[in-house]
Amino acid sequence: MARIEVKNLSKIFGNNPGKAFELLEKGYTKDEVVEKAGQTVGIYNASFTVEKGEIFVVMGLSGSGKSTVIRCLNRLIEPTRGKIIIGDQDVSAMDYNELREFRQHKQSMVFQRFALFPHRTVLENAAFGLEIQNVSKEERGKKGLEALELVGLKGWGNHYPDQLSGGMQQRVGLARCLAVDPEILFMDEAFSALDPLIRREMQDELLILQEKVGKTIVFITHDLDEALKIGDHVAIMKDGEIVQNDTPENILTNPADSYVAKFVEDVDLSKVLTAEGVMKSPRVVAYPKDGPRVALRKMKEASISGIFVTNRKGHLEGYVTAEEARKAADEGNEDISGIIHRNIPTVSPDKTINELFETASSASIPYAVVDEEKMFKGIIVRGALLAGLVKEVVADD
Amino acid sequence: MIDKLLNPIDMLPRLPLGAKVDDFIDWLLGQIGVLTRLIANFLEGIMEGITDLLLWFPPFILIVLIALIAWRLSNRNIAIFTFFGLVLIYNMNLWPGAMSTITMILIAVTISLCIGLPVGILSTRYTLFHRIVWPILDFMQTMPAFVYLIPAVFFFSLGVVAAMIATVVFSMPPVIRLTGLGIRQVPEDVVEASHAFGSTDWQLLTKVQLPLAMPTIMAGVNQCIMLALSMVVIAAMIGAGGLGGHVYGAIQRLNIGLGFESGLAVVILAIILDRITQSSRQTSEE
Repeated sequence: MARIEVKNLSKIFGNNPGKAFELLEKGYTKDEVVEKAGQTVGIYNASFTVEKGEIFVVMGLSGSGKSTVIRCLNRLIEPTRGKIIIGDQDVSAMDYNELREFRQHKQSMVFQRFALFPHRTVLENAAFGLEIQNVSKEERGKKGLEALELVGLKGWGNHYPDQLSGGMQQRVGLARCLAVDPEILFMDEAFSALDPLIRREMQDELLILQEKVGKTIVFITHDLDEALKIGDHVAIMKDGEIVQNDTPENILTNPADSYVAKFVEDVDLSKVLTAEGVMKSPRVVAYPKDGPRVALRKMKEASISGIFVTNRKGHLEGYVTAEEARKAADEGNEDISGIIHRNIPTVSPDKTINELFETASSASIPYAVVDEEKMFKGIIVRGALLAGLVKEVVADD
Repeated sequence: MIDKLLNPIDMLPRLPLGAKVDDFIDWLLGQIGVLTRLIANFLEGIMEGITDLLLWFPPFILIVLIALIAWRLSNRNIAIFTFFGLVLIYNMNLWPGAMSTITMILIAVTISLCIGLPVGILSTRYTLFHRIVWPILDFMQTMPAFVYLIPAVFFFSLGVVAAMIATVVFSMPPVIRLTGLGIRQVPEDVVEASHAFGSTDWQLLTKVQLPLAMPTIMAGVNQCIMLALSMVVIAAMIGAGGLGGHVYGAIQRLNIGLGFESGLAVVILAIILDRITQSSRQTSEE
């Protein structure tokens, strides 16, 4: 595995970078440089180190230069100034052939819009890097399949990318990288194009995968939650400069300046995490037509002391406790419709955790998460809620 | 005097554009006469060889063969049309003319592709080259087709070869244009991904750009064939022979019947060639 060392990396877009540097050194801002010299500052004097096997996140809003940084690291964009040392190689000094060699074997890249090859099957996509290396067809097939299995796409090899969902397409993108077994993964907003639920799932899986493969990963994102969740170190960029490079804990507790502080303030996780984010899917539900014994058995199988009741369309009806179900069974009731508690606390999926704590904190049954159409989405168990917060909110003391 | 003042452009001496072009062609002819004769002999040889080969086959067998090829490349309906269309051409006694027309198209299109594809590809690599080539293409495409016949005759004298050269010049632009367009249309992120995996320019071209540009390039090939066919007919005026020769002869003798028959034969060939190349384009789109 390789360590990445970046020293004073700068990228000026324009034909007169010297002029731009001159102005920047005098303390002019990015906007002023555009105005005075007509040069666009992509990155200015970025220095950072990525340790072996860690996930280094570069976070910034659009236009902050984060995508330029990652492209400078493998020189898809030529840096204007600065040194890039990866392992024992000086990437910034490589000639065309050395650079190709480096790109083929040492690093690999995942793209925001997947950038899969539409005319190739999933397996051919996964094996693309090997094909470029002129690896034999047999070997390519074998390693490609291994990589697909690693990202959970076993059996999809003969499909074409456009037959897959976004999340699956990005898995192909990941497999394409892993197939060449690079030391470094560059991930450019890899999950930004995905639905929030899928995105979270992919983040979790990336962390699990990282446990297995232990690559050095540089991850670009505009989403601070994502950065804090997956990053071992996070560098926050603004206007082409790194304003803070730190552990997630330190970024939350000791923001370097007001810019970072403002971000962090927005990201107090108890305010950011929503009911949808912490809910669990109910393992079983009962129906109003169920007999009390059926409901009891369902509860027993799931080891729960009460059960939510929905109609056949999935709309929430209410809640039945084990105790009352047992009584109803003893009394010989036909079904449980008579013992459903219909006034139970519900929350909408976009409620934040903070608001959850404020409402109905004395209720003894889990919260039911219900959307506008009364569809039953999930449950939030109070204990799990707290545990989730403790785990997610890093050092909010 | 007053007249002249009112219309000052009359005072401009007549610019000798035409005369200069004449001089230039004469000069060029002196310089490369040997070369053009070589090319002419070469093309004529190939032309005769292929036409003889096509005519050597018993027509019925050749018709069945071509129909089978049509079936293989597209579908059954087109194969059936091909079969009956060619039978009709044979029946109208236009078989040798059709064969020589097909040969001319084959050769002209092959040359067009051999020049057009690389030029189209190069135009996407080098901006300067693109800037030079594109106006030339505009020129080539808007110049009335007949005009090509004159220099072609000068260099290669009357006959099949001059016709073929004029056809090449006329049919090449869409190949260059659509090849360039197809490659430019390949999504940028896909090209970037290919670079990111360390592909060489050649690998990028053959593994990513050309396959993705193929439907557009095939549209260019289709256009090329259609233009070649139309030009081959026009080129009968400089002795290209073939079906065009029959059409031309019919015009001169005001023979409506012959004109209709040979015109119909051209249409049949056009439909067959168009359908076959179009459907192979659709297959590559899938």
